[in-house]
Amino acid sequence: MSELDFTALHTALQEIAPHGRSALLPALHAAQAIYGYLPEPVAAEVGRLLGVPLADVCGVIDFYSMFYREPVGNKVVQICGDMACALAGGEALIRAACRHLGVALGEISADGGFTIERVPCLGLCEHAPAVLVGEQALGRVNPEQVAEWLNGHGMVPVALVYGSHRRLTINCGRGRPATLDEYLESGGYAGLRRALSLSPDEVIAEVKASGLVGRGGAAFPTGLKWEGAARALGEPKYVVCNADESEPGTFKDRVLMTDDPHRVLEGMLIAAYAIGARQGYIFVRGEYTYAYRAIERAVSEARESGYLGESILGSEFSFDLELRRGAGAYICGEETALFEAIEGKRGFPRIKPPFPTTSGLFGKPTVINNVETLCNVPFILEQGAAAYRQLGSPKSPGTKLFCVSGDVLRPGVYEVPFGVTIRYLLYGLAGGVRQGRRLQTILFGGAAGAFALPNQLDVPLTFEDLRQAGLPLGSGVVMVLDETRDLRQVLAGVARFFAHESCGKCYPCQLGTQRQAEILERVARGEPLPGDAGRLSDVGWTMSDASLCGLGQTAASAVLSAMQHWPTLFEPTIKGDGLDKY
Amino acid sequence: MLQADRIVPTVCPYCGVGCNLELHLKDDYIYRVTAPFGSVVNRGNLCVKGRFGYDYIYHPSRVTTPLLRKTPQRAGERTQAFDLEEWRLVTWDEALDTVADRLVEIYRRDGSDALAVYCCAKAANEDNYLLQKMFRALFRTNNVDHCTRLCHAGSVVALQQAIGSSAMSNTAAEVILSDCFIVTGSNTTENHPIIALQMKAAVQKYGAKMIVIDPRRLELCDYAALWLPIKPGTNVAVFSAMAHVIIKEGLINQQFVDQRTEGFDEFARSMEKFTPTYAEMISGVDRNLIIAAARMYATAQRGAIYWGMGISQLSQGTASALAVIHLALLTGHIGREGTGLNPLRGQNNVQGCSDMGGMPYHYPGYMPVDDPANAAHWERVWNVEAGGLNRRRGLTTTEILANVHPGGVRSLYIMGENPMMSEPNLNKTRQHIQQLEFLVAQDMFINESGAFADVFLPAASWAEKDGTFTNTDRRVQRVRRALAPRGQSRPDWEIICDLAKRIEARLGRSNSAYWEYAHPSEIMAEVSRAVPEYAGVTYARLDAQGLQTPVWDESHPGTPYLFSDSFPRGRGKFTPLEFIPVTELPDDEYPLILTTGRVLEHWHGGTMTRHSKLDELYPEAHAQIHPVDAAMLGIENGQAVRVCSRRGEIVLRAEVTEKTSPGVVFIPFHFAEAAANLLTLDALDAQAKIPEYKACAVSIFPASPAELPHQEKRVPRGRY
Amino acid sequence: MTEVNLIIDGVPVSVEPGTTLLKAAEAAGIVIPTICYHEACTANALCRLCVVEVEDWRVLAPACVAQASEGMIVHTRSERVERSRRTILEMLTSAVDLSESPEILGFLQDYAADSQRFPGALRREPPLLDDNPMYVRDYAKCVLCWRCVQVCADDAQYTFAINFSGRGFHTQIGTFFDKPMPETTCVFCGQCVGVCPTGALKPRREWLLEQGILPEEIVQSSRMARKQKR
Repeated sequence: MSELDFTALHTALQEIAPHGRSALLPALHAAQAIYGYLPEPVAAEVGRLLGVPLADVCGVIDFYSMFYREPVGNKVVQICGDMACALAGGEALIRAACRHLGVALGEISADGGFTIERVPCLGLCEHAPAVLVGEQALGRVNPEQVAEWLNGHGMVPVALVYGSHRRLTINCGRGRPATLDEYLESGGYAGLRRALSLSPDEVIAEVKASGLVGRGGAAFPTGLKWEGAARALGEPKYVVCNADESEPGTFKDRVLMTDDPHRVLEGMLIAAYAIGARQGYIFVRGEYTYAYRAIERAVSEARESGYLGESILGSEFSFDLELRRGAGAYICGEETALFEAIEGKRGFPRIKPPFPTTSGLFGKPTVINNVETLCNVPFILEQGAAAYRQLGSPKSPGTKLFCVSGDVLRPGVYEVPFGVTIRYLLYGLAGGVRQGRRLQTILFGGAAGAFALPNQLDVPLTFEDLRQAGLPLGSGVVMVLDETRDLRQVLAGVARFFAHESCGKCYPCQLGTQRQAEILERVARGEPLPGDAGRLSDVGWTMSDASLCGLGQTAASAVLSAMQHWPTLFEPTIKGDGLDKY
Repeated sequence: MLQADRIVPTVCPYCGVGCNLELHLKDDYIYRVTAPFGSVVNRGNLCVKGRFGYDYIYHPSRVTTPLLRKTPQRAGERTQAFDLEEWRLVTWDEALDTVADRLVEIYRRDGSDALAVYCCAKAANEDNYLLQKMFRALFRTNNVDHCTRLCHAGSVVALQQAIGSSAMSNTAAEVILSDCFIVTGSNTTENHPIIALQMKAAVQKYGAKMIVIDPRRLELCDYAALWLPIKPGTNVAVFSAMAHVIIKEGLINQQFVDQRTEGFDEFARSMEKFTPTYAEMISGVDRNLIIAAARMYATAQRGAIYWGMGISQLSQGTASALAVIHLALLTGHIGREGTGLNPLRGQNNVQGCSDMGGMPYHYPGYMPVDDPANAAHWERVWNVEAGGLNRRRGLTTTEILANVHPGGVRSLYIMGENPMMSEPNLNKTRQHIQQLEFLVAQDMFINESGAFADVFLPAASWAEKDGTFTNTDRRVQRVRRALAPRGQSRPDWEIICDLAKRIEARLGRSNSAYWEYAHPSEIMAEVSRAVPEYAGVTYARLDAQGLQTPVWDESHPGTPYLFSDSFPRGRGKFTPLEFIPVTELPDDEYPLILTTGRVLEHWHGGTMTRHSKLDELYPEAHAQIHPVDAAMLGIENGQAVRVCSRRGEIVLRAEVTEKTSPGVVFIPFHFAEAAANLLTLDALDAQAKIPEYKACAVSIFPASPAELPHQEKRVPRGRY
Repeated sequence: MTEVNLIIDGVPVSVEPGTTLLKAAEAAGIVIPTICYHEACTANALCRLCVVEVEDWRVLAPACVAQASEGMIVHTRSERVERSRRTILEMLTSAVDLSESPEILGFLQDYAADSQRFPGALRREPPLLDDNPMYVRDYAKCVLCWRCVQVCADDAQYTFAINFSGRGFHTQIGTFFDKPMPETTCVFCGQCVGVCPTGALKPRREWLLEQGILPEEIVQSSRMARKQKR
C-alpha cells in the first residue's frame, strides 16, 4: 500500500479528535467505514490525531472482533453459531455460504465481495437462524436461498412481543420505532414531568420504594444505586445506559431500543436528574446497528423538542448524551469493562471496589443501568411506586421481559408480571414445545445460566423462588431444549462462547475457559478422558470462585449445573456426530 | 537459566542521576543489570545506558597494557596513532618511569606553568582528589581542570556569585512535591532519563504544571503546560522579562526579597527594559507565553527550576544562569522542599570532581586558591612547605589548550577525557594538541585524544574498582568493584599513587605528600578530614546508603535541600543584567543556528558508548532540521547533507523533524566521523570560560550518499 | 488513627486502615503466594493466586488489593482456596513454559499441582523474538502478569511501546502491528526486563551465555566491527 489518502479520515475525525483517547472506538469505526479495514498507516494516523500511543491503538483493534487489521470482503457476513441459531441449523447456513462462494471461514471471496464469519449470539434468537449481512439483519434464514440472503434479501426481523401485561412493551412489535408523538400519545415523558416537579431525593425515594432491581442480570436495587451516586463526591457525574446486550439468548433490549427508544431516554433523564448528572452515554453493542439508528433518531427528536439539552421542559435541569457503539466484545456488558470501552481502551474489567457509584466512567460517580431497568422508571415516576408494586411479588415487584427461544412454538419477548410460573410462560403463553416434542430442559439465564428440569415447571418466576430452586433469573433468557437435543453439544457451544469472549485478564477465566472448551469438545465427540469430570469441576469451581468479574464467575455455571443433573453425560458413551445433530 | 556468582551493588557510570545498579556476574562477566526498587534515587528504574551499556568493558579494542609510542612525537608534529601497531607494549615500570622522567624534566626546565592536567568527571572522587593533589603538591601548578568547564561552568560561576554555592539546591526526587516547575535548556528525557520520569509523574500523577523553555520541541513538551520556543542564546531576555512581569504585577515574595536578598533596587531598574514585547522581539517567544510562564511560576506554592546546557554553554552563560537564579530570589522558591535552583549536572561524578578540587581556582571544598589561609590549610594536609603551594589561579581547559606553545603549557596529562571530541572548534583544538611537547592519556580506549599521546596508561573501568561518585543532587554513593581489572589495567588512584611516588623520588622531596593508601576508603578519610562538607562521609556510613553533602560530621544525616535559612554568602545577590547576543549570529552566508547536545544512547565523545552495543541502536549522526528549513534547502528526510561553519564541515544524514524549531539545527557531538565540534565556535564566557556550544552559524547543502561516513542500512527507530 | 482488627487463619491481627489482606497476613507471619503482584507496580489482582476466603463473601477475595475491614474473618488455606490455587497453577503450567520461574515452580510443589493435569491442552508457544541488541522476548514463557506493559506505561516509563494483542487465552504482549522493538517508541530502558518474573524478557547477553556462546564471541558478534573514519 503506497500513500493513503487521509482526507476523508481527517474530515470524519475533525470533531471527535479533540476528545483524545475517549474517541478511539468511534474513530476506529469511522476509519474502518472509510477504508474497509484498519491498515497500519490508518491506525497510526488515528493514533496521531487522537494522541493515543500506537501500541495501545493496536491493542484496541485486536481486542474487538469488529475491527480488522487485515483486509476483509466488502460485506462481512456474520452467521450466528450460538445456542438458538445452532439449534435452528446455523451450521448449515455456514456450510451453504462457504460452498456458494467457494471460501473457507474468514477468507475473502474471489471478487472481494464477501467474508463469512461464525459469530457469537446476535441477539436475534426469536428469528433463529439469523445472520448479519453487513449491517442488515435477516432472520429465519434458509440455507437453500443462500444467493439471496448473501445479497441482503430475506426476512427482516420484526420484534415478536407477547405477554399478559404490556407496561414496558406497549409500543413494541410494530416493526418500526415509535416516534416522539406516538410515545407522547402513549403517555410518554409524563414520568419525567413528574420527576422534575419533585426534588432529586424524592425521585430516588420513589424508585427505592418501588423495589425495582436491575434487569441486566445482577439484580441490584436501582434506588440504592442512584442514592449511592447522588451522595458520592466528584464532578461531573454520569448516567450510562448499558445497551451491550450480548448474553446468548437475550434480545429484549434490542426490542426495546428498536421499537420504543424514547422510553430508554426518559429513564436516563430521570436517573440523571436524580443523581445530578448533566452528561450521559448509551453504549450499544456494535452488532445492533439498527437499534443504534433508532436511538439516534430518538435523540434527535428529543433534542429538537426540548427533552434533551439545556433547561429541559423549562426547568433548570440540563442533560445531554452521547451514543457509543461497541465493537464486538461480550465482556463490555460488564459495567467497568464498558467504561473502559468508552474511555478508548481494551475492555478489561476493573477491580471492585471501588464501585461505579463512587468511581465509574472517567473515575467519576456513575449510575449504569440496563436498558430494561431504565424502561421501568417512567412508569414508576408517573404512576408511583404503589401502582408499580401492584404487579409481581413483594420481593420481585413489577413486570419482567423474558426472552423465550429455542424449541418453543412461539419464540419472542414475553412481558409478564413476576410470580407467574414457568409452566404458564412456556405452555400458557408460548405454546409449549414445538413439533409436539417433549421438554428435556430449559436453560435459564443464557450461556451464563443453569438448567431447569421438567419437574421444576411450577416454580414461580421471581428472584427469590428461582434462587431457591438453584436457577438464575439473569437477564431473562428462557431457552427451551427438547428431548432430541444432545446437551453435550449445547455445553460445548457454551464453552466455546466463553473461550471466545474471555477478555484474558485474570488467570482463572483466561485459562479456564480454554481448558473447559477443550474438555467439552471431546465430551461432545463422545470421547471424554478419565478424570474429565473432575477437571471440569475443578476448572469450573475455580472460575466461579476466583475470577475477577462476572463473566468468569458464570462461565462454568451451565456446565456445573449440567454436571449436577446429568453426571453420566461426561462419561464415555456413543460417539456424537458433531454439530449436525445439534 | 543463569545463576549469578555474585551480585554487586554499585552506581551507574554514565549521567549525574547516579542510579543504583546491581551487577550480576557469572565468572567475570556481567550479564544482567538490575536496580533495587527501594532506591530513593531511581526506584528500580534505569535507562538503556545503565541497564545495557556496560559491555564496553569487554570490547576487544580496550587497551589493558601500558603503551609507549613507537615513533617519538615532537611538538608541532604530533600525529594520531589509533592502531596498536604504532605502540609498544611495555611494563608499568617503564611507562610510569617515562612519565615521571618527562614531567619532572619539563617542570625543572619551564616551571609549574608548563604543566597541566585534565581531571575526570567520570572517575571516582578518590581518583580526582589524588590527581589534583599530585599536580598541586608536586608540580605546584593550578592548571587543573575538568570537563565541567565545558558544561555547567556558567551555572557554577553564577551560583557562586549570587548565593555562594555551586550545586543543585534540592533533591531531584522532590519534583513530585512541586506544583510548578520550569525545565530549561535541558532535554531531560534523553540526558537525565530517570529525572524525566519523575517530572512526568509529577505532572501526570501529582497535578504539577511544567513549563519548558527550550529552542527544541522536546519530548517533555508532551507533558508541558507551556512551551516557550526560545531562540538559542536569548535566555537573558526571556528570563529577565519574566522577572519584569513578576515585579510589575506585584508577584514578588516581598518578605523573602527584604530578608534574604540584596541589590534588588538596582536590579529592578535594570529589568525595566525587559518588557515582554522586547523579549519577544529578541527571542521569538510570544509575549503572552512569557507573561503566562511568569505568572504560573510566581504564583506557585512550591516552584522549582531545572536547567541544563542551554543556559550554561553560551558566551553569556553566566548571565543566563543569573537571569534564572533571579526568578527564585524574587519569588522565594528556594530553601524549601519541592523548590530550588537545580542545575542538572551531566557526568556521573562532575559534582564530585568539582568537590574534589579538580578546578583551577579552587582547592577541594571550593576553597579559593588565591586565599592564603586556604593555601596554608592544604600545605599542612599535603606536607608542603609553608608558601609552597601556588597562590595564583590556574588555567581552565579551554585556556590550557589555547596556551599550548613554547613558553606556555608544554605538557598535558589527560585522565579519562577526550578533548579532541568535546572541545569546541576541533580543527583549532587539533592544532593546539599538536603543539604539546608531552602528552599522557590515562584511559580505557585509544580515543581521538589519546591517539596523540606519548604514553598510554590503561585504567580500570568503574566496575573494576572501589570508590565514590557524587551525583547531581550532591549524593555521595559507593562504587563497588565487581570484577578484577582486565588485563594489566589498574584503578586510576593506584596509577596516580605509583606515579606520584616516582615523581617525588625524582624531585628529591623529603616530605611525601602521602601516597600509601591501602584502599580508597583511606583516601576518602583524608578528604573528610580536610573538607568540611565531607567531614561525615565514611565508607562505613556509605555502605548503608548515599549521603547528600554537606555532611558536617559522622552523625549528620546529610542535606536533602539547602538554603532554608541563609545562603553561604549570606544574602542572595541580584545582579543587573544586559542582553548581549551570541557571538556568531546567522547571516546570509551561514543562515542557520547550530545547537549541539546528546542523544539518549550515547555519551559525549563516544569512548564508552561507541564501543558498546549501544552503538547498534544508534549507529550514526543525524542533523535535525525543521521541515520549513528542509523545504527551502531542498532536503529530504534521510538524505546526506553537508553542514558547514566558518571553522569546518561535516557530512551526515538529515533528519527532517518538528522536534527542532525553524532556523535551528541540532547535531549530537558523539560521532567522530561527523564531529559536531568541528563546526562549533570557541567563543568563551568571560567569567566562566565556557564555550558557546549552543549557538553558532552554519549552512547546509545537499550532499551525495557516497560522502556519508556510513554506508550500511540505517536502523529505523520509533522513539521520540 | 483507629486500627482495624481482623482474624486471619485464627490469628488476631491489627492493622492500619487501608492495609491489604496480603500485607495484613504478612504482619501475622502468613505468606500468601502471588504471581502478578509487584511492589513497584500497580496491583491488578489478575493472577488470582492470592485469593483468600472471607466469611460471608460469595466469591474469594484477592488479598493483594482487598482491604482489611473490622471484624473480617479470613481463611488463607480453606478448601476453596486450595482448589483455586492448585487449579490455577495446573492450568498455567499446562499453557506456558515455567522452567525459569523458580518461585512459581515452588508454588506448584506447595499446592501439589499436577503439571500433566490437562492432556491435549493448547499451549502458548510463539517463537522467540530476537529483534534488538539489548533483550530478547520469549513469550512462550510469558504468564501475562501485565507488569511489563505497566512499567512501560504510567507505572514508570510513560513510553507505551507495548500492549496486548489478541484476546482471552490467545492474548500476547505485542507491539504496534508487530513491529520490531527498535521501530517502536521503546527506549530500551529495560524496566520491563527488570520486572519480568519468568525469564520471558531477558538481557540478550544473558541469553547468549546460556546457549554456551562464549563472552569473547558475544563481543565479536557486534555488527559494528568497523574502524572510525577520520
